[in-house]
Amino acid sequence: MKTEPKTATLPAYDVVVIGAGPAGMACATEASRAGLSTLVLDEQPRPGGQIYRDIEASDSGRRGILGKDYEAGAHLASGLRASTAEYLPGAVVWNIDSEKQIDFSAGGGSRSVKAATIVVATGAIERPTPMPGWTLPGVTTVGAVQILLKTSGVVMEDLVMVGSGPLLWLAATQLIAARTPPKAIVETVPAARYREAAKHLGKALPGWRYLAKGFAMMREVKRAGVPVHRDAEEIVIEGETAASAVSFVSGGKRQRIETAHVALHQGVVPNQQITRLMNCRHRFDKSQRAFLPVLDEHFETSVDNVFVAGDGAGIGGAKSAAMRGRLVAMRVAEKAGRPVSGERETLKAALRKDAAVRPLLETLYAPSEDTLSPADSTLVCRCEEITAGQIREAVALGAPGPNQVKSFLRAGMGPCQGRMCGLAVSEIIAAAKGEEPSSVDYYRIRPPLKPLLLSELADFGAEEAPRQAAE
Amino acid sequence: MANRTVDLLVIGGGIHGCSAALHAAMRGLEVVVIEKDTVARHASGVNAGGVRRLGRDYAEVPISQRSMEIWYRIEELLDDDCGFQRAPQIKVAETEADLDRLKARAADLRAMGFDHEVVLDRAQMREHLPAVSDHCVGALASLGDGFALPYQTTFAFQRKARSLGVRFEENCRAETVERVGRDFKVTTERGVFTSRKLLNCGGAWAGQIARQLGEPVEVAATAPMMIVTSRMPRFCTAVVGNETRPLSFKQMQNGTVVIGGGRRGRPNPETNVSELIFSELRQTAATAMAVFPIMRGATIVRSWAGIEGRMPDGIPVISPSSTEEGAYHAFGFSSHGFQLGPGVGEIMGELIATGRTNAPIAPFSITRFAPEAGASGSSPTHSQGISA
Repeated sequence: MKTEPKTATLPAYDVVVIGAGPAGMACATEASRAGLSTLVLDEQPRPGGQIYRDIEASDSGRRGILGKDYEAGAHLASGLRASTAEYLPGAVVWNIDSEKQIDFSAGGGSRSVKAATIVVATGAIERPTPMPGWTLPGVTTVGAVQILLKTSGVVMEDLVMVGSGPLLWLAATQLIAARTPPKAIVETVPAARYREAAKHLGKALPGWRYLAKGFAMMREVKRAGVPVHRDAEEIVIEGETAASAVSFVSGGKRQRIETAHVALHQGVVPNQQITRLMNCRHRFDKSQRAFLPVLDEHFETSVDNVFVAGDGAGIGGAKSAAMRGRLVAMRVAEKAGRPVSGERETLKAALRKDAAVRPLLETLYAPSEDTLSPADSTLVCRCEEITAGQIREAVALGAPGPNQVKSFLRAGMGPCQGRMCGLAVSEIIAAAKGEEPSSVDYYRIRPPLKPLLLSELADFGAEEAPRQAAE
Repeated sequence: MANRTVDLLVIGGGIHGCSAALHAAMRGLEVVVIEKDTVARHASGVNAGGVRRLGRDYAEVPISQRSMEIWYRIEELLDDDCGFQRAPQIKVAETEADLDRLKARAADLRAMGFDHEVVLDRAQMREHLPAVSDHCVGALASLGDGFALPYQTTFAFQRKARSLGVRFEENCRAETVERVGRDFKVTTERGVFTSRKLLNCGGAWAGQIARQLGEPVEVAATAPMMIVTSRMPRFCTAVVGNETRPLSFKQMQNGTVVIGGGRRGRPNPETNVSELIFSELRQTAATAMAVFPIMRGATIVRSWAGIEGRMPDGIPVISPSSTEEGAYHAFGFSSHGFQLGPGVGEIMGELIATGRTNAPIAPFSITRFAPEAGASGSSPTHSQGISA
């Protein structure tokens, strides 16, 4: 294994961008154009992130299925390829220290680089959706179904999609285009939400293209004859050893759809793992119902020279992500004393326009009450099999927040590091205490961010010269 | 806001503060615990959980024995099993020279009247540790030791204490400590607390309290680093250390393996943040793989380091104040205080309530750090780097 000495001779970059989705690709391209030495570390084998996953490899047929917006990613990927930025695929970042030393695993070994500026472009993750039966084999997420579609073209038959959000409708139309339409859509948006969301309609009009696309997707689903059950609640995924049916209350009566495959979705939320690890300040955004890093107008966190671009800064979608990525690069260049591109103000205006539709979407597709306050018997932490009831009991005993619940019950201590349960646990504790998630806060995130072989750690920096005293 | 004067104010809601508060309450005292963060936030909640008599500084052996007796009936005391499991603690020797040192220690202890540490030859060691590497030649063991879940334990002490009337004020940092007449006055941003007696269980932050009582001591903040792996098939039921290389190794009931042993990260007691130093931690990984070859296939899921107070001589301060009557100290447990928590709490409860104790705490007097102390107090021996 190649080892790098962990001293001042570590490879150093002006900018290290973590993640090669739209934000990361745009940021790295722009930063290298400004003359900054730039490295992109990304877990995937090819650029694109989740939204443009495998964009370079997708054939024209697959792109047809995924839609026109998917094409925009190809442009970003070719921009990155053509730039002078170093791009390292298959690199899993597992620690970043306060000196901005980034430790990552690639090709079976771990190495480190130093960054003057870090741009976290790790995007979004799907919101946890605890509900009865959600851990049964055969149950997945809408995002995971999309990944299957993008990387292998494989989709499940008889898929029932349950939840809400733009991604659910987008994935449904992509499944229809792939000639494997979902068996049904069970939408959890309460009827009253449409009226609440309508209040934001006026301000959302600059984003009419998004609204038009949304309506077009719904029409496409209807035209394909996919049954849509609206205003669904009290959802139960049935099955002994695997999912066998979805049951729910809609239109005043309980209904049941037999299926072996269920895809859940309650929207996406910023991936906080790196900004939490780096002790950046976070706040709870009531509209997005998620924790967001506290950022200044240039997307810089409370930690100097650590920026967040893309959905990690707050959900804005792929177009916004790419614009944010460019803006971050411009700011980094500015801080490094380079001239600022005249395009910046134009980009900012475009970003504001692109975000106009968000309040409407956030109101309409706010997570369902059922998943925010699951029944006592529902599993919340899948890794350690901890139920909502156990979490509430721990709070009743006096555990004040997520970290004590984690220590007490092991919730969030499994291999997923709390990614699958963290937000749900904060919500449940806050509700049990009659407080807001902002006051109970979130798990402290510990390295390694992703599981790491003990043997890989044992080899890490093994050629290092004299050990420093660790005082 | 002024609070009513209580019998005892405990500063610090770690296992020692909670245990002492409980034992004082059991003796009828009215007790308030103030904690700058939350109970068990630091070393008490995130240590390796070893309940270990093995390898202790000779001065600590009697109080460690006393604490062990409480561990054996911990559920009776706290109405919570604290995840306590009896398990052998075994320190392996990788060379004959290591084993000779362990044999000498066992002989020393026998001469002092303690027979809990026993030498295991290679075959006996392998009986307890079938997965141990072939090159290990023998071991020293304390077969009646064990391990427990640190947060669960400290939380249980808090809850039991609270059920006996102890009041806990969390997120409440002691800013100033002063004597006013016969009482102590502790000012916090959440009000003033007054008490007849005062116990300093401030861990890595205890030096600030001691200084205000006129007893400046060096308490270094340290951050012992720990690793936990994903679940593995059961291969080890003992808690394992190493005579020469720092190691604390145990497989939990759920199959995860917790590895620590005193390699230290970078603590920041001002911000409560501790940072891992992976170039150091890699040696812990290497030691674990050397002692247990099966660990080559292990996957790390998390690592962490709690903030812990360490004394210059590696043993704690367990002591009445020498300057202010009615003030007491129990801090600086130097990465091996978890096992001592129940026993030292009982000793402090007794000392504070009655003014005396039979426990041999003289070696832990705070006066040993006084400038004129010279050679007084026993010189600590065989202080161990193993974390609790």
